[in-house]
Amino acid sequence: MAKQRPTTALGKTADYLDQRTTIGVLVKELARKVFPDHWSFMLGEIALFSFIVLIASGFFLTMFFEPSMALVRYEGDYPAAMHGQLMSAAFSSTVNMSFEVRGGMLMRQIHHWSALIFVGSIVVHMFRIFFTGAFRKPREINYLVGLTMLILALAAGFTGYSLPDDVLSGNGLRIIDGVVKSIPVIGSFVSMIVFGGEFPGQHIIPRLFTLHIFVIPGLLIALIGLHLFLMVLQKHTQYPGSGRTDRNVVGYPAAPVYVAKMTGNFFIIAGVLTLMGATMAINNVWNYGPYDPSPVSAGTQPDWYILFVDGALRLMPGPGWEWVIGGYTLSMNLLIPALILPGILFTLLGAWPFLEARVTGDHREHHVLDRPRNRPVRTGIGVALFVAFVICALAATNDLIATHFSLSIFAITWALRVLIFVGPVFAFWVTKRACLGLQRKDRELVLHGHESGRIVRFANGEYVEVHTPLDPQEVWLRTQHDVPRPLEIKPAMDARGVRRKGYRSDRRWQKLSEFFYEDRVERATPAELAAAHSHGKHDEIEAKAPAAVTGSGGAHRKK
Amino acid sequence: MSDNQNPPADTSHEVTVTPQTGNAVGHAERFPDPGIPEHKHRLTDTDPRAAKRAERTVTFLFVLSILGTIGSIVAYVMVPPDGTTSGVRLSTLLIGLGLAVSLLGIGVAGIHWAKALMGDKEMVQERHPLASDDATRADAVKDLNDGLEDSGVVGRRGVLKGAFFGALALFPLAIAVPLIGSVGGDWNISAFKHTMWKRGTRLAIDPSGRPIKVADVTVGSVFHVIPETTEEFRESHEWITEKSKAVVLMVRLNPEDLRTDQSPEGETWSHEGIVAYSKICTHVGCPVALYEQQTHHLLCPCHQSTFDIADSAKVVFGPANRRLPQLPITVDDEGYLIAQDDFAEPIGPSFWERLK
Repeated sequence: MAKQRPTTALGKTADYLDQRTTIGVLVKELARKVFPDHWSFMLGEIALFSFIVLIASGFFLTMFFEPSMALVRYEGDYPAAMHGQLMSAAFSSTVNMSFEVRGGMLMRQIHHWSALIFVGSIVVHMFRIFFTGAFRKPREINYLVGLTMLILALAAGFTGYSLPDDVLSGNGLRIIDGVVKSIPVIGSFVSMIVFGGEFPGQHIIPRLFTLHIFVIPGLLIALIGLHLFLMVLQKHTQYPGSGRTDRNVVGYPAAPVYVAKMTGNFFIIAGVLTLMGATMAINNVWNYGPYDPSPVSAGTQPDWYILFVDGALRLMPGPGWEWVIGGYTLSMNLLIPALILPGILFTLLGAWPFLEARVTGDHREHHVLDRPRNRPVRTGIGVALFVAFVICALAATNDLIATHFSLSIFAITWALRVLIFVGPVFAFWVTKRACLGLQRKDRELVLHGHESGRIVRFANGEYVEVHTPLDPQEVWLRTQHDVPRPLEIKPAMDARGVRRKGYRSDRRWQKLSEFFYEDRVERATPAELAAAHSHGKHDEIEAKAPAAVTGSGGAHRKK
Repeated sequence: MSDNQNPPADTSHEVTVTPQTGNAVGHAERFPDPGIPEHKHRLTDTDPRAAKRAERTVTFLFVLSILGTIGSIVAYVMVPPDGTTSGVRLSTLLIGLGLAVSLLGIGVAGIHWAKALMGDKEMVQERHPLASDDATRADAVKDLNDGLEDSGVVGRRGVLKGAFFGALALFPLAIAVPLIGSVGGDWNISAFKHTMWKRGTRLAIDPSGRPIKVADVTVGSVFHVIPETTEEFRESHEWITEKSKAVVLMVRLNPEDLRTDQSPEGETWSHEGIVAYSKICTHVGCPVALYEQQTHHLLCPCHQSTFDIADSAKVVFGPANRRLPQLPITVDDEGYLIAQDDFAEPIGPSFWERLK
C-alpha cells in the first residue's frame, strides 16, 4: 500500500523535511510538551530576549563602528565642538554614528539599555533560582551553566562599555589596569598582555572588540543552547500546589500557548527596550570627549553591575594594607575588594548547590520548588548577599550621596564601612526570623483557619471571631514541604571504643548542618488539626445558635 | 490554645472536602494531596460575544503594529536629523516610538491572543527519572569497554599511550609560544618605573603645551602640567601612553603653608611654595584632579583617596596607601619651571616589582 501523499503546501514541506531529517519525532516530542506557568519563569526569558535585541542592535552598530585607535581629526560638522579635534577612530566613529547615521543614536541607546536589562534580568532570574531551590538535583549543572553566563554577561558589558574610547571608559580601563597590576607575581605581565604593552597603547580597543562581538557572544550562544536543552530535557520545575509532584509536570502545552506567549513576550521586551532607547539618553560620549589620560569628571559611576566592585574599592581603607615582603609589593587594598571579594562571591554561588545538598544529606531529584520561607537559612544567606551587594553599590555612589544630601564623604564612607559588616548579618537574622515566623503562620492557618471578620456573640455574652477552615488546596500548599533536620552522624567511638576515622570531618559537616536546620518549625499534621478541633468543639456548636450577632472584620478575639 | 477555628454557620462554600476528612484516614503524617483544582472557565470560553471582542482587540493590535512600522519609516524620511543635538534627539524619538509601537503591538496582541482565546486547560504529563535504567547502563559500559578493547591500548603499549598524550599536550605550544611572545608588546615592565620627565624638561600647560614661567604662577593657582615636547609628538600614540604616566598637578601655596614636601636631606624639590605631584593616583591610577584650596586637599574623583598637598601629599583618607610621588622642580635661566629629574619612585598604582 502506498502511503497517503500530502496535498497541502504545509503538508508537502513537512513531508519533504521529515523524509530527510526525521523531524516528525522531534515535533511529536516537543509540540505538546507541557510547561508550568508562573510569572517568575519569565525572568530568564527577559534575559534571553534582551540578548536577541543586543545581537540585532549590535549588528547594526558594527556596520558603522571602527574598532581602531588610529588618531584621526573629526571631520563631521556636528557636534560643532568636536570638529577638527584629534581623537581615535573608535571615538570618532561612535560620535559619527550618533549624529550622522539616521537611527544610529537610537540603536546605540537601545543597545546600551538592553545590556543593562540583560545583566539585570540574569541577576533577578538567579534570585528566583536561588530562593526557590531550583538549583537542586538534577539541575546543578544547568545552574553552573547559568552562573557562567552571568560572568560572561558581565564581561560582555564591560568590554562593550570600553569600546567608544571616551574619557569615562578610558578611566574605567585604567582602573582595571591598576587592579590587574596588583595581582601578585604576574600582575605586571598580565597588564602587558591586556594592553599589548603599556597602558593604554594602541591595541586594547581592537582586542576588546574581538572579545565583545565574537568570543563572548559566541560562548553565550553556545551556553544558551545548552541551558535551554537541559531545561527541556529535565522539564521545567513547578511551584508547589495541589496535584503537583516531583513525578509530574502541570501546565500548558508548548504549542500553541507557549509559542504565542513567548513570541509575544519577545516583542513586548523588544518594544520596551526600544521605548527606553527612544526616550532616555544614555552614555552621551561626546559630552565626555575622547580619551585623554589627564581629565576626569567627578560623580562618575560605572554601569550598575560593576558598582559593587567599585564600591568595595572605595570602602577599603588604604594605609597599612600595602605590604612589602622581601622587596616585593603586595597591594591588599586592591586585592581584597577587587579580586578576593568577587572571587569569594562567585565561588560561594558556584559551590552552593553542592554545599546545600551535603548539609541536607539530600540525594533525591527535586522538581517542585521550595517556598523561600521553608528554607530560612538559605533565604537568609541570599538576602544577606543581596544586602552586601546593595551596600557596596551605595558605596560606589558615595560622592553623589555626599553632594545631594550635603553630607561629609568621609562620614558616609565610614558609615558604609561599618554597615558592610553589620548589614548582611542583620539582614540574615531578620530574614531567618521572618521565614520562621511565616512558617508558624502557615501552621496557625492550617490548624485554626482564616480570620473571617465575623464576630459572634454567645448566649453567655462571650464574643469570638469565627475562623474559616482552609480549603484542601491551601492546606496542601502550607503543608507539602519537607522539614529537613541536621545530619546525624556515627559516634566518635566505634563499638570497641576505638576512635573512628573521619569523625572530625563528619562533625564539622554536622555543625554546619545544625547551623542550617537547628531552628525549624514542624509542619502541621492531621493529628494536630484533629486535636485542635476536639478542643474547640463547644464553640462550633454554640456558634450555630441563632443568638449569634455578626460584626465587621478586623476584630480579634480577646481572651 | 485558641479554640475558634469553627466554620461559619452560614457557609455557602462549595468545597465540601474539608481538611477534617484527613482525620478519617487516621493520624497520618501529612495532609492528603487533593489533586489539581477544578478548571475555571474564562469569560471568553462561555460568552461568544466576549470571545469575538477579544478577537477584534487582537486584530486591532496587529493593525496598530503595522501603523507603527509605517510611522517609523515616515519619521525616517520626513524628519532628518539636522545635526544639532536636539535634531538628532527628535529623529531618534520619532523613529524609536514608531518601532516601539510596531513591536509592542505584535507583543501585546500575541499575549492577549494566548491568554483570552487559546486553550487554558491545564495538562499533566509524567516525569521520568533522569537516570537511565540498569540494563541501558550495563550496555553502555559494555559498549565502551568493547570500544576500548578494539583500540588495542588496554594494558599494554605504554609507549604508544605516552606518545599519544605527549603529542596532544605539546602541540598547542607551537601556537602559544609565538602568541605569548608578541601579545604583551615588548614585555618591558621596567617601563612602568620611568616617565618622560628628564633633567631640564620644562613644565608645560595641559593641553596647549605652552611652557610655564614662574612669574605666571600666582599663589593659590593650580596647573595641570605635562612635559614640554614637540607638537608632532603630542599628536602620536606614544604621547598618550607617555602622558598617562607623566601628568602632573602643580600648586603654588603660601610658602608658610607648605609644611613638608618630599625633598630628601640637602635638596629642594619645590620652588617658593610651588609643588608638583604626579596626578596619577597611587590607588588604581585615576587622575587625581579635584583640588580644594582651603584645605590643600587633593581628592581623587574615582574612589575618593585624599592627599594633603601641604604635607608631602600624604594620604589623609580613602583607599590609597601611598603618597603621590613628587616631581622635583626648579627654575631655569629664562625663568621657566623645569624638572630636576624624573620622579624618584614609580608613579601610579602598585605592582609586584615596584621596588625592585
